[in-house]
Amino acid sequence: MSFDAIIIGGGHNGLTAAATLAKAGRKVLLLEAADTVGGGASTVEFAPGFRTSGLAHIINRLDPDVVKAIGLDTSGFEATAMPTAILSETSEAIVLRGAYGESIDGVGKEEAAAFAALRKKLLFHAGLLRRFMKKPPPELGNTSLKDLAAHAATGLKLLSQGREEARDVLRMLLMNVADISDEFLTDDRLKGLLAFDATLGLHLGPRSPTSLMGLYYRLTGEALGASGGQFLPRGGMGAVAQAFAEAATAAGATIRTASPVRRIIANRGLAGGVELEDGEILMASTILSAIHPRTTFHHLVDPADTQTGLSRAIGHIRSNGDVAKLNLALDKVPQFQGLSEADHKGRLVIARSMNHVETAFNPSKYGEYSPDPVMEITLPSLSDPKLADTGCTLSAMVQFAPYALREGWESGKPKFLEIVLDGLERHAPGLRASVEHAELLTPADIETRYRMPGGHWSHGEMQPDQLLFNRPVHAAAGYSTPLEGLYLASAGSHPGGGISGLPGLLSARHILAGGSR
Amino acid sequence: MTLDPIRKAEQEHFRTLLMPTPFHPRLAPLVETQSWYGWAGMLVAHSVFDEELEYFAIRSTAALFDISPMIKYRITGPDAERCLNRLTVRDVSKQKVGRVQYTAWCDDEGHVLDDGTLFRLGAADFRLCCQERHLPWLLDTARGMDVAIREETQEIAGLALQGPTSFAVLSKAGFDGVEALRPFQLAEFDHDGGKVMISRTGFTGDLGYELFVPATAALSLWDRLWEAGRLHGLNAIGYNALNRARIEAGFIVANGDFVTAETALRADRVRMPDEIGLDWLVDVDKVQFNGRSAILAARKNGTLKHVLVGLEIDDNTPAEAAIVYHGNKREVGLISAAIWSPTAKRNIAIASLERPYGSEILDDLWVEIYALRELKYHKMMKRARVVERPFVKLARRSANPPARF
Ligand SMILES: Cc1cc2nc3c(=O)[nH]c(=O)nc-3n(C[C@H](O)[C@H](O)[C@H](O)COP(=O)(O)OP(=O)(O)OC[C@H]3O[C@@H](n4cnc5c(N)ncnc54)[C@H](O)[C@@H]3O)c2cc1C
Repeated sequence: MSFDAIIIGGGHNGLTAAATLAKAGRKVLLLEAADTVGGGASTVEFAPGFRTSGLAHIINRLDPDVVKAIGLDTSGFEATAMPTAILSETSEAIVLRGAYGESIDGVGKEEAAAFAALRKKLLFHAGLLRRFMKKPPPELGNTSLKDLAAHAATGLKLLSQGREEARDVLRMLLMNVADISDEFLTDDRLKGLLAFDATLGLHLGPRSPTSLMGLYYRLTGEALGASGGQFLPRGGMGAVAQAFAEAATAAGATIRTASPVRRIIANRGLAGGVELEDGEILMASTILSAIHPRTTFHHLVDPADTQTGLSRAIGHIRSNGDVAKLNLALDKVPQFQGLSEADHKGRLVIARSMNHVETAFNPSKYGEYSPDPVMEITLPSLSDPKLADTGCTLSAMVQFAPYALREGWESGKPKFLEIVLDGLERHAPGLRASVEHAELLTPADIETRYRMPGGHWSHGEMQPDQLLFNRPVHAAAGYSTPLEGLYLASAGSHPGGGISGLPGLLSARHILAGGSR
Repeated sequence: MTLDPIRKAEQEHFRTLLMPTPFHPRLAPLVETQSWYGWAGMLVAHSVFDEELEYFAIRSTAALFDISPMIKYRITGPDAERCLNRLTVRDVSKQKVGRVQYTAWCDDEGHVLDDGTLFRLGAADFRLCCQERHLPWLLDTARGMDVAIREETQEIAGLALQGPTSFAVLSKAGFDGVEALRPFQLAEFDHDGGKVMISRTGFTGDLGYELFVPATAALSLWDRLWEAGRLHGLNAIGYNALNRARIEAGFIVANGDFVTAETALRADRVRMPDEIGLDWLVDVDKVQFNGRSAILAARKNGTLKHVLVGLEIDDNTPAEAAIVYHGNKREVGLISAAIWSPTAKRNIAIASLERPYGSEILDDLWVEIYALRELKYHKMMKRARVVERPFVKLARRSANPPARF
C-alpha cells in the first residue's frame, strides 16, 4: 500500500494533521512509537486500580476550529467547567468561578472589582492575539495580501476600542506579570495565582521580562465556549487522545502504533520516506513530523541532508522543562484546608504570593529544585469515579524542577518528592499518611517516557524569540522546512504547546494549500 | 576556573601582538623594507627588498613566499568526506587521494563564507586551507558525524615556491619524484627525518608548488630550498608582489574582492558563488550541501544581483578602487583589485558589477580613475571592456613534465 503522506508521531497534533489530510482525500499513514497514540495526552494506570492522566491533565485550549475541522467527538470526554481555588494554609481559599473568575469568592468587593477590570482587559487583548494563533505565522518580508488583510482587521478591531486600548496592548505585551498584577491588584494571593498561571511550563519567574505573555497565551485558549474555561476530561486525557484517533481513523487515515521512526530518508534536499527502528522502509512525498523539532532534525534527518545553519539553530532551541508531574494513589479523598467539599473538584493552586512563585523559580536558574515549590493540583477521580477503584487519585504539576538538575535527578528526586509531599501535607493534613503509591515524573523522566526532549511542556520555550516566525527556528517556521517535502506539526511549531490541535491543523492546511515556503 | 598546563603556558600570548611565523628567523634579516604587517595574527612582510623585482622573480626565476599564516584545518575520520560534502559546494567524493581542489563554502542562504583549497591526504584525511577562521562552523557541520576537526595553523608551516625555475629548485634540493606531480596533485617527500607535503599549486598562475611541514622542520626546509635556489634566481618575496601575480592569474581574495558572509555587516554585501565568479564550482548534482537550495532558487528566480568580472582598461593607470559606470553616468560597480600587468602588458582589474551590467550589458563601461600626482588628483574617465580571466595564461604552469628552466 502506498501513501501520500506519512505522519511521524501520534500525539494529538499528529492525529489532527492525519485527520485533516485524510479528510481532504490524502492517503495518510501515521506512525507512533509508543503502544498507544496520544503522546502527552494519555491515561495511565500508575498503581493497581488507580488511573489518571499521564501528563497533561486539564483541557483549557482545545480549539473549536480543530474540533469542527476533524469532526472530533467530544462527548466521550467533555465534562463540566471547574473552578480554580487558591489554597491557603491559614485562611479560606479564594475561588475563581466561571471562566477564569467571572465571579470570585474570598476577596473583598474592591479587590473583586479590580480583578474584574484586569480580567476584562487581559481577555480583550488575548482575543486579539488569538487571531495570530489561528493562522500560520506571519512571514517576514514576504507578507501576502491575505496576511495584510488579517493584520489590518486586527488593527481595526483594536482601533474600534479606542486609541487608549491599542496603546495598552502594545505597552503590556512584553511586560512581566508581576508589574501588571501590582498595577491592578492588592491581594497577594491573587497575584500569586496570576504569577503561577503566567509561568507554568516556562523557564520564567513572574518578574522575568515578558512573563505576562504566558498568561495571555493561556487566555487565548477556550473551553466549553468560554475564553479561560477549563475542565478535567472524563476518562483522563487518554479519552481525548482516543477521540482524536477515532476522528483520524474515520477520516481514512491508517494508524500504526509501536512503530518508532529511526530516520527520515532524503535525497538532494528532498524528503521522500522514513525508515522504522526495525528497518522497514516506507515512502511518501509528504513527510509530516509531529514530534519535537530537535528529534526531527538532530536524530531523524541525516546531518548530511540538512544545512549547518539550520541544525545549529535547532541546537539552540531552549527546551529544558521545569515542571514535574506528580501522581498519587490515596486511600481516601484528601481534605484541603479552607476549601469546600464541592470545590475539591476544581483546579487547586498552591502559590501564596507573587514572591512565592518568584522564589520558587530562582533556584531553577542554578540547576536546583524549589525548596518550596508552587503547584497545580487536581483530584480526577472525584469528578470521574471510574478512575479509581477505591480511594482517590491526585494529579499535580509541580514547579520548579529543572530538567538539568545539578546534583542529578537520581539523588535529587527522592528529596524533591519529600518536599512536594510536605507541601501537600501542610494544605491537606493527613494526606501523607493516606498515600498508597507516589509517582513523580521529573522533566528527565518525561523526556524518556514521552519522547519529549527536555521534558518541555511546549516542545520549546514559548518566549518571543521562539514564537511566530521564529518557532521553532526561523528557517523552519510556518511548517515548511528547508528539506523539501518535510513539514513540522508538533507543539514545537506555531502557535505552540498545550492540547489545542492548532499546530497540527495549521500544518495540514498549509500542506493542502500547496505547502510552499 | 582552573587552567590546564597548556592553557597556562599560553596565557602570556597577548604580549606578542603579532606572532612570528616559523620562518621568521630566516626571513627577518632579508626584509630590508621593514614593511611588516599582520596576516591572521602573524607577522609577515609586504615586500622584502623591492616589490618590482620581487614580482619579476615570480615571473622570471623563482620566488619563496611564506604562507604559514594561512588558516589550516585537519579533517579526519570515517565521515570526513561526508562532512566536507556537506560543507563545500564541490563534490568531494570525486576528489581522489593525492588531489587538491579549489573550493568554496556557503551558509544556508548560499552566501559564500570563504574560498580555499582542500587537500586530500588520504581516504579519510583532509587539509582545508583558507583566509578566515571557521572552527565553530566546521564543528557544527560535523555534528552527528564520525569526524575529528582541528585547527593546525600554528603547527604547520607553509611555503609557496613559485616561478619558472621552481621545479628546478625542488629538483636540485633533492625532492626526487617531484617531476611526477601534475597540477593540483600532492605527494609527501622525506625531509629532515620527517615528511614534507608538496603540492603543485599556487596563487600566481605560474609553474609553482606549495610545501607544508611541521613548524619544527620549517627552518631546515627553508635552508634546503635556499641553498638549492642559489643558482636559480630564488628570491624571498612579500605579499605585494604575490598580489600582482594573482591579479594577473585572475584569482580572488576573500575580504578583498568579496566580503565573506560572516564578516559582512551590511545585508547587501554578502555574495553567492555565482556573484563572485565561482558558479563553476557549484555541483548541483552532488548530495545536499550548505546553500544548495538557496543557490538553485536564486538561479531559477533570477535574483542574483552581482557579477564579478575581469576588466581591461584603456591606457596604463591602475584603476584601484575605482567606480565603474555605464554610459558615463550610471554607477554599476566597483573595482576591487587593479594593476598594470607587466606580463600581459595590459591595464587590468577585477570588478564587482550589478547585474545586468557585466552579465548581459557589456558595452559602454567606463571607470573613473583618480590618480594622485603630487597632491593633486588627475581625474580620468577610461573605457573598460569585460575580458576573460585569467588575464595571463602561461603554458609552463600546466606543462607535464614541468620544464627545468
Ligand atoms: C508536565 C506537563 C504537563 C502538561 N499539562 C498540560 C495540561 O494540563 N493541559 C494542556 O493542554 N497541556 C499540557 N501539557 C502540554 C501538552 O502535553 C503538550 O503540549 C502536547 O502533548 C503536545 O502535543 P504534540 O502532539 O505536539 O506532541 P506530543 O504529545 O509530545 O506527541 C508526540 C508523539 O510523537 C511520538 N514520537 C516521538 N518520537 C517518535 C518517533 N521517532 N517515531 C514515532 N513516534 C514518535 C511520541 O511517542 C508522542 O506520542 C503538559 C506538558 C507537560 C510536559
